[in-house]
Amino acid sequence: MSAAEDPSADGRGAASAALTEPRGLPLDPGVRAELDALYADYAAALDEARYDDWIALFADDCRYTLQPRENFDRGLPLATLAFESKGMLRDRIYGITRTLFHAPYYQRHVIGPARVRATGVSDGLEWLEVQAAYAVFRTRVHEPSEVFNVGRYLDRVVRDPADGLLRFAEKRVVFDSENILNSVIYPI
Amino acid sequence: MNAPIETGATVPDATAAPDPSRVPYSRYTDPALHARELERIFYGRHWSYVALEAELPGAGDFKTTFVGERSVIVVRDADGSINVVENHCAHRGVRFCQQPFGRVKDFTCPYHQWNYDLKGNLQGLPFRRGVKRVEDGRTRIDGGMPADFRLEDHGLTKLAVARRNGLVFACFDHGVEPLEDYLGPEVLPWVDRVFDGRALTLLGHSRQRIPGNWKLMQENIKDPYHPGLLHTWFVTFGLWRADQRSQMVMDAHGRHAVMISRRNEGGKSEVTQGVTSFREGMTLHDDRLLDVVPEPWWNGPTVTMLTLFPSLIVQQQVNSLSTRHIVPRGPGAFDFVWTHFGFADDTPEMTRRRLRQANLFGPAGFVSADDGEVIEMSQQGFAQDPGAATVSRLGGTGVGPTDHMVTETLIRGMHVYWQKVMAE
Repeated sequence: MSAAEDPSADGRGAASAALTEPRGLPLDPGVRAELDALYADYAAALDEARYDDWIALFADDCRYTLQPRENFDRGLPLATLAFESKGMLRDRIYGITRTLFHAPYYQRHVIGPARVRATGVSDGLEWLEVQAAYAVFRTRVHEPSEVFNVGRYLDRVVRDPADGLLRFAEKRVVFDSENILNSVIYPI
Repeated sequence: MNAPIETGATVPDATAAPDPSRVPYSRYTDPALHARELERIFYGRHWSYVALEAELPGAGDFKTTFVGERSVIVVRDADGSINVVENHCAHRGVRFCQQPFGRVKDFTCPYHQWNYDLKGNLQGLPFRRGVKRVEDGRTRIDGGMPADFRLEDHGLTKLAVARRNGLVFACFDHGVEPLEDYLGPEVLPWVDRVFDGRALTLLGHSRQRIPGNWKLMQENIKDPYHPGLLHTWFVTFGLWRADQRSQMVMDAHGRHAVMISRRNEGGKSEVTQGVTSFREGMTLHDDRLLDVVPEPWWNGPTVTMLTLFPSLIVQQQVNSLSTRHIVPRGPGAFDFVWTHFGFADDTPEMTRRRLRQANLFGPAGFVSADDGEVIEMSQQGFAQDPGAATVSRLGGTGVGPTDHMVTETLIRGMHVYWQKVMAE
């Protein structure tokens, strides 16, 4: 853990010190509800293996990365998965449904409340920078459920001018889990 | 990981198999054999990979890693040399270094503050000469180490270290042969082809825990039979398949190997007949995932996969480069630590290409993810029927280099060597 991220690393907390990052922004209740729905849809699409629906939650110009926290913290660029377009997301879905051999498993995502770090409008496009913690449980055939992967989403959400819905322009998944339990097949 | 059903499989029984093409399943599951492997192989006269020098650019830079199942610290000394010491204090055994990497001037165990230099020499400890205090007007000295206590007797365990063009290896047994002799004249040129002395750039790590015996990972990369069958991307896009010009190289002992091949156009041919993983007409929605640009240093082969016994795999698969470190975790599991790298003179475009192609490899890779999965399934089969034996007879039962990939000779070679080392 980098000290910059954890002001309470000395065990005494930082309640009386200056905040190192401002508190999350309050949102218009309508936008808050839209954001909650976006994350709920994201979890449900993955957990129910509705991958076309998952892709539809991304903007046309989008990025998805799944990266170990150690690389993220050290500024090392390697990601476990690094997709730079909707085409690459489609290639991954083809891979997991048609080409990758693996033991089947269920995923179950639990995503914490979205924390909005910044909002704005650029080139007429409304955007939000959002952070949310997640845990993914894995359940394999004949096996008990287990904690599979935990971490946080660092996302850029935009309002799609085509239909006015919120979508992910960038989804950066940074996972704490030091060891991947064998392999990651489905998106997180 | 399943507990072994049969614990009575003894060392002599399991090592006596004379035929390296029939390996008893118990060789992958028996805890007694595993303990003997650690002593004979990982802590014996074999070089274990510990780092790339690029991970430790400055004086005092360290990383913690493993030789076999023992935690070690790899550290850059003030004079630029690299030391490897075992990560436990000489005093009370504390595994004192808990950080994965960092920069230090020396090492201090937090428990009683025994202090070591970067070579692992004990420099000092509190109250060595006792504590002086005045009581009832008299000066007295309480406690302290005995008069014959010598700092030089209580350093950290120091490992032998070998470096070659940016690779760092270590060995607990200082009687180990020089690294170049250990790798041998057949394999060394292929190591030097990737690591030719150019400065490396560290791109990052991936870590996975695979519930299978460590030897299965070596065998997976000594097995040219499976890639064109298990891996759709390899057979469909012509990255590795049986109709290619290829070469299987091994050292004189059969312990190290190189699988070498040249990609072709892929597509339908005799070798895709009946291959269920082949996808005729498959194209990528975004072909930047496979934007291969040949590099001058390849000198022909587009893929070289090195297995350096016992703990290292070096991957060059088109523009993607990595070391893969095998860390055993008991007989039924190992950690697989990937370090992706490039070269300091790479253009930004080449760096991006290497990172894109990393989507094929690692714990989620379009190709590599299914290797971990099948290794776990092999281990499941071994655990349920330890009296059975594998059949690795593609290309016969002998051991030797080949100029094709329709063979399991490299797997047999490793087991011939394994039997020799374990019986010694």
